[in-house]
Amino acid sequence: MSTLSRADVARLAALARIDLSDEDLDRLSGQLAAIVDAVAAVAEVATDDVPATSHPIPMSNVHRADEVRASLTQDQVLAGAPQAEEGRFRVPRILGEEA
Amino acid sequence: MTDWTRASALEMADAMRAGTVTSVELVQAHLARIEAVDGVDTPSHIHAFLHVDAQGALETAAAVDADRAAGVELPLLAGVPIAVKDLVVTQGIPTTAGSRILEGWVPPYDATLTTKLKAQRMPILGKTNMDEFAMGSSTEYSGYGATHNPWDLTRIPGGSGGGSAAAISAWEAPLAIGSDTGGSIRQPASVTGTVGVKPTYGGVSRYGAVALASSLDQLGPCGRTVADTAALHEVIGGHDPMDATSLDEPVPACLAAVRDGQENGLAGVRVGVIKELTGEGFQEGVRLRFTQSLDALRATGAEIVEVSCPSFEYALAAYYLILTSEASSNLAKFDSVRFGMRQERDTIEKTMLATRAEGFGDEVKRRIILGTYALSAGYYDAYYGSAQKVRTLVQRDFAAAFAQADVLVSPTTPTTPFPLGERVDDPLAMYLNDIATIPVNLAGIPAMSLPAGVAPEDGLPVGFQIIAPAHEDARLYRVGGALEKALMQSWGGPLMSQAPELEVAK
Repeated sequence: MSTLSRADVARLAALARIDLSDEDLDRLSGQLAAIVDAVAAVAEVATDDVPATSHPIPMSNVHRADEVRASLTQDQVLAGAPQAEEGRFRVPRILGEEA
Repeated sequence: MTDWTRASALEMADAMRAGTVTSVELVQAHLARIEAVDGVDTPSHIHAFLHVDAQGALETAAAVDADRAAGVELPLLAGVPIAVKDLVVTQGIPTTAGSRILEGWVPPYDATLTTKLKAQRMPILGKTNMDEFAMGSSTEYSGYGATHNPWDLTRIPGGSGGGSAAAISAWEAPLAIGSDTGGSIRQPASVTGTVGVKPTYGGVSRYGAVALASSLDQLGPCGRTVADTAALHEVIGGHDPMDATSLDEPVPACLAAVRDGQENGLAGVRVGVIKELTGEGFQEGVRLRFTQSLDALRATGAEIVEVSCPSFEYALAAYYLILTSEASSNLAKFDSVRFGMRQERDTIEKTMLATRAEGFGDEVKRRIILGTYALSAGYYDAYYGSAQKVRTLVQRDFAAAFAQADVLVSPTTPTTPFPLGERVDDPLAMYLNDIATIPVNLAGIPAMSLPAGVAPEDGLPVGFQIIAPAHEDARLYRVGGALEKALMQSWGGPLMSQAPELEVAK
């Protein structure tokens, strides 16, 4: 497996919606490459005959009764929002000028 | 005059029932202690609390006192104050999970755990400091500044739950709530000379706990004694239909198990020492206190055997892949739309990019980026898929070990607390703090850390870890109760009585 490059980190940060400055990229990409090299060891023992475990205590089909119950009011939900208007979350526009 | 902050939680509960102290007096004593040692303007500046809710705690206490005076029957811990880690949501009380991105957010609802504390009538003193979104082992990654270890103010209090552990170690609260994803309850307990338990996965509801890694996270109790921790475990445990991963089974009889261990010893109990978690890489004083604890267990009747868990070599790597993958998904909700910070730009995408750049600290950024990588096309099988296979191997190692022993043991941490700043820019060195605690989370099984003494070379606390099979949380308390009693006899009192007195504000 290849080590993570500075360009890889920049692309991944964009996918994760985290703006990184040049200094951030310098600092984080070196650290991340070292971490990736250290964790790559998992592939050494993960042979085909070993099943994967996604959840520590196996459970399936957990249901609860399908009943109407009290929930948060619209005002409560919007109270923590950075901006709200007419009972809705207000956000900047989706598309930029060039789109 | 009695200094009630030095009493155990169960002593406080007894004293209230006997009428020798009121809940208001207990809350006032702890608020005074917080004022004397916690703030930036105090000489000690423990900084265990991010928010103190004096008014709310006093109101709860006054109502408990009034009901007690009126002869109303009250729960066991009614009126005993508690501190809550800042990732458990509390209606009307700010909750930040240690992150600037949630600064000032006031949750509109209570976590199930908060509801249980309120039903038990426990005054909530405030919210405790933590590494941002529980990512860290020292609280140095908190968005609000580090917590200081009451045993040595220049050293780390552990993490991510360093605030909760420091609060009880500095006599600011008798009990606290923690969360343990890779050791965030046990490692802080170890380095502050206190007790902490990670219950079986699903044993305590996570409804209303800010999620880090959903297949690993577990809330649990922190205290200064095994019995206090057991009492709190019984308050917060139990099935919750609001959490689909909650175990539908009775709350373990933790307190009865402590009494059993204290009174009857451990005759017939097989204790397995995990070979891979001793010896090389563990500080000399840690090894010494661990070996002495094994002798103490033997003296109470336990049989000591050695077990081997060869896959643990890969546990740390698997843990960081699973954790970061799940965290990168869980933290996508901090998008500047519904709650928390917003750095406004001309489009929503640029707003999200700027908000997350500004609101998250370096460690959170590192982990989100690593998780995004591990889950991306072409790498998923090699990283996340392989890590899930290692998880199976770790579970098999535990299953084989538990065929030879009733509980497994190790030192909780390889070293005593290290100086603040020493590892903050070296993520891999920081991760090594949790080498002994991480396998437990991968397997979903319960574990406890309790004090094993202080290391002779530096006078700082050493933790002893006890691990039990899934659903057998009570075994931790039986063995922990017996070991604590034996060690306290050898010390002539609790380990906390050896902690240095903090300088207090006048």
